[in-house]
Amino acid sequence: MTTSTPNPVAERISDMLAQHDIVLFMKGVPAAPQCGFSQAVVQVMNQLGVGYATFNVLADAEIREGIKAYSNWPTIPQLYVKGEFIGGCDIVREMFASGELQQLLADLGLG
Amino acid sequence: MPMTAPQIEALLRRAFPDAQIELTDTAGDGDHWHARIVSAAFRGRTRVQQHQLVYAAIGPDMGGALHALALQTEVPA
Repeated sequence: MTTSTPNPVAERISDMLAQHDIVLFMKGVPAAPQCGFSQAVVQVMNQLGVGYATFNVLADAEIREGIKAYSNWPTIPQLYVKGEFIGGCDIVREMFASGELQQLLADLGLG
Repeated sequence: MPMTAPQIEALLRRAFPDAQIELTDTAGDGDHWHARIVSAAFRGRTRVQQHQLVYAAIGPDMGGALHALALQTEVPA
C-alpha cells in the first residue's frame, strides 16, 4: 500500500474538475481576459456555444502555480473537458479550426 | 528579461537535433514568439505530449522569461 502526501492544491483542482464538465483556467474572466492567449480561448469557447466554468488564476496564486504542476504544462490558459487536460491556446485553436474540438464535445454529449 | 531567438533556437536544437525550426517574432517586440518545429521526435505523440516535449526543452524559463510562445509542432511528411 502506498501513502500519498496530501496535496491540498491538487485536491482543489480535482474538485473543480469533478464539479464541471468544461473548465478553463485563464488569466482574467471571460468578459475581461487579461492576456491575449486567454482571450483567444474564450473566443473559441463562445463560438462553440457551450457552457463552461472558468477559474481566474490571477486571483489565486496557489492555483496559478498548482495547475501548472497538475497538468505538467507551464502556461495559462489550460482547458479541461471531463477532467481531461485538452491543451493550451494553440492546441485549442488548432482543434477548433479542424473541427476536432467540436467532435470531441459532441462525442461526450457536451456539444 | 525576454529570451532571444538564438537562445530559444539553441535550446530547441539541442532537444530536437533533426528539426526544422522556424521562429517568428509575432509582436515585433522580441517577447512574443511563434515557433514551428518539424521533428520526427513528435511521431506517435499527442499534441499535448508534443508541446510538453518542447516545454521540457525550454526548461524552467518556459512560462517565465519566455511567457509567450505560440507553438506549432509537426511530424515530417
